[in-house]
Amino acid sequence: MPEIVATSKVIPIPRTNDFVVKFANVNGSGSASANNMFAKAVFRMGIPVSPHNIFPSNIQGLPTWYEVRISESGYLGRRDGVDLMVAMNEQTIKSDIKSVLPGGYVLYDNSKTLAADLIRDDVNYLGVPLKDICLREFERPAQRQLFKNIVYVGAIAAFLKIDFKILTDLVGDQFRGKEKLVPPNIHALELGHQYATENYQCPLHIQLKRCRKTNKKILIDGNTATALGCVYGGATVAAWYPLTPSTSVVDNFNKYCKRLRIDPGSGKKKYAIVQAEDELSAIGITLGAGWNGARAFTATSGPGISLMQEFLGLAYFSEVPLVIFNIQRAGPSTGMPTRTQQSDILCCAYASHGDTKQVLLFPSTPGECFEFAASSFDIADRLQTPVIMMSDLELGMNEQLCDSLHWDDKHRYDRGKVLTQEQLESIENFGRYNDVDGDGICYRTYPGTHPSKGSYFTRGSSHDPFAAYTEDGDVYAEVMKRIARKFETALKYLPKPEVRRQSKESKNQTGLIYYGTTTGAIQEALDNLARKGLYFDTLRIRSFPFHKAVRNFIQKHETVYVIEQNRDAQMKSLLKIECSATDKQLKSILNFNGMLITARHIESEIIASLPSIPESTDSKKKQA
Amino acid sequence: MTYIRKPKFRHPQLKTNDLGFTHRDYEGALTTLCAGCGHDSISAAIIQAATEMSLPPHRVAKLSGIGCSSKIPAYFLSKSHGFNSVHGRMPSVATGANLANKELAYLGVSGDGDSASIGLGQFCHIVRRRINMLYIVANNGTYGLTKGQLSATSDIGSRTKSGEESLYNNIDLAALAIEMGASFVARSFSGDKSQLVPLIQAGLSHKGFAFIDVISPCVTFNNTDLSTHGYKNTWENYEALSSIDYVPMREEITTSYSTGEDKEITLHDGSVIHLHKTSKNYEPNDKENALHHINEYKKQGKIATGLLYINQDISDLHELLDTVDKPFNSLATQDLCPGAETLKTINDTFR
Repeated sequence: MPEIVATSKVIPIPRTNDFVVKFANVNGSGSASANNMFAKAVFRMGIPVSPHNIFPSNIQGLPTWYEVRISESGYLGRRDGVDLMVAMNEQTIKSDIKSVLPGGYVLYDNSKTLAADLIRDDVNYLGVPLKDICLREFERPAQRQLFKNIVYVGAIAAFLKIDFKILTDLVGDQFRGKEKLVPPNIHALELGHQYATENYQCPLHIQLKRCRKTNKKILIDGNTATALGCVYGGATVAAWYPLTPSTSVVDNFNKYCKRLRIDPGSGKKKYAIVQAEDELSAIGITLGAGWNGARAFTATSGPGISLMQEFLGLAYFSEVPLVIFNIQRAGPSTGMPTRTQQSDILCCAYASHGDTKQVLLFPSTPGECFEFAASSFDIADRLQTPVIMMSDLELGMNEQLCDSLHWDDKHRYDRGKVLTQEQLESIENFGRYNDVDGDGICYRTYPGTHPSKGSYFTRGSSHDPFAAYTEDGDVYAEVMKRIARKFETALKYLPKPEVRRQSKESKNQTGLIYYGTTTGAIQEALDNLARKGLYFDTLRIRSFPFHKAVRNFIQKHETVYVIEQNRDAQMKSLLKIECSATDKQLKSILNFNGMLITARHIESEIIASLPSIPESTDSKKKQA
Repeated sequence: MTYIRKPKFRHPQLKTNDLGFTHRDYEGALTTLCAGCGHDSISAAIIQAATEMSLPPHRVAKLSGIGCSSKIPAYFLSKSHGFNSVHGRMPSVATGANLANKELAYLGVSGDGDSASIGLGQFCHIVRRRINMLYIVANNGTYGLTKGQLSATSDIGSRTKSGEESLYNNIDLAALAIEMGASFVARSFSGDKSQLVPLIQAGLSHKGFAFIDVISPCVTFNNTDLSTHGYKNTWENYEALSSIDYVPMREEITTSYSTGEDKEITLHDGSVIHLHKTSKNYEPNDKENALHHINEYKKQGKIATGLLYINQDISDLHELLDTVDKPFNSLATQDLCPGAETLKTINDTFR
């Protein structure tokens, strides 16, 4: 039996279902599907897993990483430090090896001897001659390159004890319809597996064990879930301009519409997708369709949001429903197009010139992307105003574990206050902007409904309750006040914040407010802080304008940390403006380097900000 | 003149059309443009065209951008839904509106600032997308609402009222529309109703993107002798490539035309236009020939008008995208939602 090449002076601590595997690859080398196969295999073993793509703004040649957090406790945020580095990129191998935790492992291609400066004495090296194996086993140059990726997945299966059948099933699923590709892929997996078992003591100290933590769950990315939400929510018009990281929303909408939105009788399409010349046009098309009674959306990111400001003002003031998916990325300007951030909060909340306000939704999981996307069309129609769903690159482009998507067949689309021909018939004096019900929301008509009633002139210029142009300041002011009232009514239709009291006994003086993709790190941070005797109430914001519960939460706590992923504490600013909160009440925990915030960052920031750790905490720590 | 209410009085013997409407039913609010503005003649031509065609006013959507030109949808067809959008962006709004309901008639009204400057990109792309609509540019070669600056359609060398000379090449929107793939392109003059009315009727009947560049003098800021968009210059250099008669589908063709220089074109809805060509070599179905004529006339300081180009065999955006016959805005939950059972099978693909 061959010995493990234990070059490490640090004895690895045995760990099951709790570690980080990171793949360092070259962009465009075909590694993505192999790496994804690994993550999916972990998922099928019933173990919670969260993969993160860390990719360049590039098609071929630059470094790319795929970081897989495996956590039976269900912690799906990122964790610093790597337990197993699959070092496949010579450009970055030095820093990749450096990022491995002491006692961890480096899987590398030992067809070539590793340079002396890459040898650390506190990690273990797992050499697998990928190049040599592929040269020997495969004939075509493209295969020799591509199958290296599959061979290392086979080796990892042996190292970490992945059920081999799960992998062969995945290959079968992946190449359904292209069955010729199945045997060579399985052969490649076997080659890696065989080499690992023959040359190393398998499994390693870190390994996987089947559990049942992914039952009824799915592994899906937020943009795919968003696109499905649009299909289920009844969107018929999508207008867009390609922009990372939002592109896959429309790509997936297209994919599912081709399957689910073809009229069975005629074979014609119950949807239209227009790739516009720019984002100005994309939102213009969306607005035109919304005005004329179709459910329409556009998907974009920060640079697109900047261009859409003008139309957002028109939609706000002329009260036209439309939906925008903002898959945020690191700004300002072009910023870091392939890195994540939550930095468009303020420019979306008050988008456009003049006094405006926009409805924002903050999903934190793909499940919520689906749910919010579908309901955003109801909300937009009900409120007759734009709805912006604030996703981000992390959520949009990475697969995440979440509950199965759910749809209630009893649900009927809420088209809001739209008058039919019959209703118009009985109305004496229709006024498009006449607040008949006193809730700030007026009745509208679709063009062409009635031969003589209900037509009106939509305009971005000042108008009276009957949609006529006016320069009468008092009339203008009344309309502006009425629109503001609409945003109070909005609360009835917007998802409520999620409030949790961590400890029933203690009266917590401190609270945490967070939203979106920060959620993944929160539970882990709370659990770790609780071990130190620190307890917090939490509130997760799910929509803007804020519900009263948000204001109450801030008032009830002496200190509230607002955790977010931007430099300028934008959500904190918004809370200060909208909830009359002060700097004394609100403290910021920020992360804006483009990488998803970690639990450790949150913990250390909180601890650092505390005046001193109470004695009781110290003693508890010693006991632990 | 918004403070003056338009009188409701109607002459009892006003002629009615097939729908029983008089031309008063196709009017809009009282104009607020300057007295003598060419744009008011365009409104009048639209009212006459729609009345004669018996267009149901409520089945028309009229859209515009910003500027003097974009105000005019308020002055015709008050029973139609109107949308005065943002500067230069009417084409995108019209695209979306058209996608939502393919059954309405779409009439876009824009200006030279709106379509040739701030909205040039949107103009080019709506032409490419082949939206089924009539797009009229009221072209006065100046920025009227901001008091007389040069526009992108001002001819090089022409001058503003304050004497500023246009230093740059002008953009010819009609030629551009032909280049970009418009299937109906015409040029006319707001002062020539006999030409403009049948062109509007033909443009509304045409299936696909119809464009009319209407030279429409700005009496306040650009009606000088040094302007190429004033009444004087236009009347003097105005040359019709053809005169046009529009015959609605229902009417019997009674006039007879001599063959050779006349051309009969049947539109999608069955209506017919007769072109009486004044230039023997001019061919309205030939793109290159149309562009050649525009440029030849321009070299002589003349303006080629009339129907410049037509192609009836081209599909519109709905046909290109193969959308269902029912308007999107009439589709309900049961038409659009795939349901919970389907979602279960979708969930399975993510395991």
